[in-house]
Amino acid sequence: MMKKPTIGVLALQGAVREHVRMIEGCGARGIMVKYPAELHLCQGLIIPGGESTAIGKLMQAHGFLDEIRSLVLAGMPLYGTCAGLIMMASRLVEGDQPLLGLMDITARRNAFGRQVDSFEADLSLRDVEEAERPFRAVFIRAPWIEEVGRHVRVMGEFEGRPVIARQDGMLVSAFHPELTGDERVHRYFLNMVEELSGG
Amino acid sequence: MVEKGTMRVKTGLAEMLKGGVIMDVTSPEQAKIAEEAGAVAVMALERVPADIRAAGGVARMADPGVIEAIMEAVTIPVMAKARIGHFVEAQILEALGVDYIDESEVLTPADEKHHIDKWRFTVPFVCGAINLGEALRRIAEGAAMIRTKGEAGTGNVVEAVRHMRTINDEIRRLTVTPKDELMAAAKEMAAPYDLVCWVAEQGRLPVVNFSAGGIATPADAAMMMQLGADGVFVGSGIFKSEDPAARAKAIVMATTHYHDPKILAEVSRGLGKAMAGKEISEIGRENLIQFRGW
Repeated sequence: MMKKPTIGVLALQGAVREHVRMIEGCGARGIMVKYPAELHLCQGLIIPGGESTAIGKLMQAHGFLDEIRSLVLAGMPLYGTCAGLIMMASRLVEGDQPLLGLMDITARRNAFGRQVDSFEADLSLRDVEEAERPFRAVFIRAPWIEEVGRHVRVMGEFEGRPVIARQDGMLVSAFHPELTGDERVHRYFLNMVEELSGG
Repeated sequence: MVEKGTMRVKTGLAEMLKGGVIMDVTSPEQAKIAEEAGAVAVMALERVPADIRAAGGVARMADPGVIEAIMEAVTIPVMAKARIGHFVEAQILEALGVDYIDESEVLTPADEKHHIDKWRFTVPFVCGAINLGEALRRIAEGAAMIRTKGEAGTGNVVEAVRHMRTINDEIRRLTVTPKDELMAAAKEMAAPYDLVCWVAEQGRLPVVNFSAGGIATPADAAMMMQLGADGVFVGSGIFKSEDPAARAKAIVMATTHYHDPKILAEVSRGLGKAMAGKEISEIGRENLIQFRGW
């Protein structure tokens, strides 16, 4: 077991402290990242849920896009929830905003509708621990993954739409595990961090 | 089982708005300026609070056509205001598909005793509060988000500061109040006992708390964040200023980097004139809208 990893949570806007709390609950160290220089303290990074247009513009204004791209290409694991999924996608079905464009997926923003259509539901996930136990997933004006490239592994669907997926050191979920007490997706990400840095 | 409109789904959207700026807009063009500046949501209105104040008369829910045009113009969440207690305006806003309803003192109250029973709706509500008791009464009625009221349409941050400090002070005091005195505390602030106990134990409100009412500059926004707001509403402050697009962007930056005076200095530069603003004592206590709400 490696020494306690430090996981950064991009703290420009959105549900930052919930992710930090989950990470700490899983036994790792969680820090809020407000400046690109702080990325170098992290063994892994989470881009939280929030408004993807706002987060995208702030990332662009503060020089995060290039910095995160080069760190991830050099092997830093990255997990994005909801707005984070949109930021990591290579393509959007509609709309135009700054993207990291790192993962070979096409995302559809607000795919399930407006807030009155937001919902929670039990999903069955692959690859996480105790996968036979349903995962209570909270979807808030959530995107879905419209298309996946051939190196992307889909780890769960809702009504046939991929909503959690992995490609190499990158993980995305359209739903918000940080709003529930269920740590399995965060543990899965921490295992990725351990695998990839221990490798 | 798929469930919509659960408290977790309602409060969840507010969690996603944290650290962001929600801007009042009166047209699709203004909504686009707000979105382009990095607003996390817009509040669709017919008139901003400063104009509502100036116009007098009865202020009501906006024309559904105005709200729909704004919903079509942007992809960020759209909020809209219903009058206090006006549950039919709220039903209409829910039918339009707005993302959040603000049961707002800025409009003329429709009921001088009862607020809307917000548990009956799928759409979440945000409500104003000037103290902890009022915040907890709204939460008990089903509000999924709170905003301190400040004094809307004044461009004067003093009331926003008062309300944020008051709520935080009351929370702090509860955390050191012995358990056997919490019933008296609940009685005194006219708040439900269970929620008072929850706050005493957790040391925070059970839902997100934004600041509203009088924020006009990047420094105002950053000050409210440093005082503990989860995010800010800016009403008249943007579109009543000389250069709304620049000011909107600067307030977004200031809300993200509220702890960094160097960035605050940078974004505060060259924004043109802020809205004129009003001294509270000139308004007269009987004309203050923060006391609407029961």
